[in-house]
Amino acid sequence: MTRVTVDARRLLCPMPVIRVQNKVRELEPGAIVEAICTDPGALNDIPAWCRINGHKVLETRSEDGEHIIVLEVGSK
Amino acid sequence: MKKQYKAAALISGGLDSMLAARVIQDQGIYVEGLNFFTGFCVEGHTHAIRKKDRNKPKRNNALWVAEQLGVKLHFVDVVEEYKDILFNPKHGYGANLNPCLDCKIFMVEKALEWIKENDFDFIITGEVIGQRPKSQRKDTMPVVARESGAGDLLLRPLCARNLPPTRPELEGWVDRQALFDFSGRTRKPQMALARRFGFEDYAQPAGGCCFLTDAQYSDKLADLWQSRGQKQYELDDIMLLKVGRHLRPGPEFKVIISREEGEGNFLQGYRDRFVSLKTTSHAGPLALIDGEAGEAGLELAARLVARYSQGRDAERVELEIREKDGSTRTLSVAPLQPHEIPKEWRL
Ligand code: SF4
Repeated sequence: MTRVTVDARRLLCPMPVIRVQNKVRELEPGAIVEAICTDPGALNDIPAWCRINGHKVLETRSEDGEHIIVLEVGSK
Repeated sequence: MKKQYKAAALISGGLDSMLAARVIQDQGIYVEGLNFFTGFCVEGHTHAIRKKDRNKPKRNNALWVAEQLGVKLHFVDVVEEYKDILFNPKHGYGANLNPCLDCKIFMVEKALEWIKENDFDFIITGEVIGQRPKSQRKDTMPVVARESGAGDLLLRPLCARNLPPTRPELEGWVDRQALFDFSGRTRKPQMALARRFGFEDYAQPAGGCCFLTDAQYSDKLADLWQSRGQKQYELDDIMLLKVGRHLRPGPEFKVIISREEGEGNFLQGYRDRFVSLKTTSHAGPLALIDGEAGEAGLELAARLVARYSQGRDAERVELEIREKDGSTRTLSVAPLQPHEIPKEWRL
């Protein structure tokens, strides 16, 4: 199973979403993407982007000022 | 079987583009949204930075709109390409450094590329004749269509009936009679239509969709260009223009001083790219030096930063000066007095 990390630390929204979007574009359905962000706005924006574009958020968590969103690429 | 026509909608996050997309969806057209990220977009940033704003909802309006409409949204990163538009706008700037007409042409041009690549049929925008004095006028509407190359594939559902019919109307992909004839600066027809669709809680940007319409922001950008001797910027530069107090004591450098904790934390992330100052004897802000201050300039900057610390009335304030490589030293200075800070320093 493909699993990739997107480092979006220090980027402000919507840039973390753009980074995730561009990575997802290269991947097949079922691949897992883990986005690491420092802008808490990403906790809203990335899941919202996933909902409207058909991807599945598997997990969101925050630790030490970092926000991690794990998603599974849906069919495009 | 009847062909399913597809439209790409420019979604800014404001009400007008939301309504335009919805009107077209109601006609059975399949719609997806495009949102262009120039780096100057109002969305998110300052909320994410300033602590006092952190409790406000941090939604991204373009995503919110797309979710309300049930359409996919694609962000298009145009940060690099947008520089050409901003440096040399063929149609000039608006009231500030906003090149709105060129910007519209550029975005429609990018949307045209997108629909060709993705096999969509036409483009829609939320433009309304007369809504904005410079970029949304009856005579600029054909300019956008022509210069973007989109021609009659560009449909403005909210004011279409005031404009010559476009291809989607002529070919019967959409019903022209079910489109609108809004014009002028009034927002009432949009608000009435929003009510009809049951849209609430939508964003109402005051001046425009980006920071370039803001006078103070534009002044800071103009100063940045002047100090560098050319129109140039990187994404980090334009982010930093949104943060802190900017003071320029001399042509060679300016000082960016955080106004509160959230900004201080944000500026911390730039300490490997700028010399930074922090008061140590008293609580105070974090400051970055943009440019080459030299020893005398650094001392002046330190006195300035001390002025904005809790030690403003103390005889001496100690500061830590941190070089980009992480090495530090301490400086003890007398805080500047208010009359020693000329108004012209403030950007
Ligand atoms: S306000 Fe900014 S983003 Fe909107 S059209 Fe003008 S320059 Fe472009």
